Amino acid sequence: MRTAFICAALLAAVPMTASAQNQVAQWAGTCAMCHGTTGHSVGGNEPLAGMPKNEMVRKFKEFQSGAKPATVMHQLSKGFTDQQIDQIAAYFAAQKK
Amino acid sequence: MNRNFDRRDFLKLSGAAAALAATGCATTGGAKARVVVIGGGFGGATAAKYIRMWGSNIEVVLVEREADFVSCPISNLVYGGSKTMKDITYGYSGLKRYGVQVVRDTAFDVNTTAKTVKLVRGGDLKYDRLVVSPGIDFMLEDIKGYAEGMIGNRVLHAWKAGPQTVALQKQLAEMRDGGVYVLSMPLMPFRCPPGPYERVSQIANYFKKHKPRAKILLVDANPNIVSKGPLFRKAWADLYPGMIEYRGNSKCIGVDATTKTVKLEVEDVKGDVLNVVPPQRAGDIARKTGLITANDRWCGVDWRTTESTVAKGVHVLGDSTLSAPGMPKSGSMANQQAKVCAAAVVAMINGQEPNPDPKIVNTCYSFVSDDEVIHVASVHELDASKKTFVPIKGAGGVSAARNTLEGMYAWSWAQNIWADTLG
Repeated sequence: MRTAFICAALLAAVPMTASAQNQVAQWAGTCAMCHGTTGHSVGGNEPLAGMPKNEMVRKFKEFQSGAKPATVMHQLSKGFTDQQIDQIAAYFAAQKK
Repeated sequence: MNRNFDRRDFLKLSGAAAALAATGCATTGGAKARVVVIGGGFGGATAAKYIRMWGSNIEVVLVEREADFVSCPISNLVYGGSKTMKDITYGYSGLKRYGVQVVRDTAFDVNTTAKTVKLVRGGDLKYDRLVVSPGIDFMLEDIKGYAEGMIGNRVLHAWKAGPQTVALQKQLAEMRDGGVYVLSMPLMPFRCPPGPYERVSQIANYFKKHKPRAKILLVDANPNIVSKGPLFRKAWADLYPGMIEYRGNSKCIGVDATTKTVKLEVEDVKGDVLNVVPPQRAGDIARKTGLITANDRWCGVDWRTTESTVAKGVHVLGDSTLSAPGMPKSGSMANQQAKVCAAAVVAMINGQEPNPDPKIVNTCYSFVSDDEVIHVASVHELDASKKTFVPIKGAGGVSAARNTLEGMYAWSWAQNIWADTLG
């Protein structure tokens, strides 16, 4: 996870402070109960680890707009801001598949 | 990353503190800060793992009295017959990969001044920060005759998964066709708001196949179904017509195990199997430590960090907490709160400001048959002025209708949250 913090920081345009890394890891941690720790799903639900950032941001936006059919993500996605989605997507993109 | 849990391999230590002392870590004199976590459920186990993940400079000792983790979520499917106790039972060995020291013992006292936890099998554990996640205990004294009824399992709560789950399943199997199963629920708040309605759905699912003349009577102290009401009622009418009777405003005040009677404020009802769930409060160790702040039942916390409002350096998680508005007492919530706690503990130990903007997500799935599921979901953010979480308007909701796709997602949720919690 230390490595994950550092990778996430490297991907961001501006290096993140330790506090910011801690914050993004907590936000991304909300996904883990369905998508696995650090996005490594143990089955069924889509793994998020290593998903390209743009792909994840696009999916999130499609869930929010209703363009992408969903059972629960059309509801949960509305609880996150554009900035949060951007940072969460960068975090998962930085995880090894 | 498909990890197989070793269900038997857990750290066996007799006299845990003594064993830790032998390795030179019974006190926190070394360079590493130590966090002790009491309780290895969805809250405590997740916190222990994530503190190690996010703070490799921190030593974590998890104290858990049971050999195995038995999941309350999915446990109702054991009555329905589509899952077994084995399916919901996991060991603690996965946490060791994260460097969590798992100690099988019971914490029976905490000194928040000396920062020590006393263990039944001997010795004290020193801590720099403490996480208390003991789940619920029951207010048996609120129901006359309950304690006597528990002798010989003549009255069951089955609201903590484990031996009581096995006992209820056995009684249902032995009940005559045409018999009556009674489930009595207390006023909110209690653990798992949709739990009672999923339970009667699953038991109806079993009766429909094996005892088609049996009846279910749900006597609820609340005026109406407290979670996913229309979806549950439709499932009962469609799938189990005439089998489930729901009575609201039916508070239980006593039980007579000899005459198989549940005494309500308004009437007495009789049944062949009595499943009476008493009112609940924070677990005993939270009470003994003086962490209870609300109604003599729940522990108030600052939700930015989950730190107790009355004991510095002590964090409380899960069902024991005074829930924030719209926050159910659920395994999902405990797992999510644990990450807020872990991030805050790591930040505070490392001299950083805790995250000012934590978020948590709840997803509660209920199986109304072997494979059809309904959900309720919500996202919560911190209201800094009130130091509490509030649900985000427009984010969340329930299923449009019961469906099998969510049945698959619910099982995937279970596998992922177990892995996320236990390593």
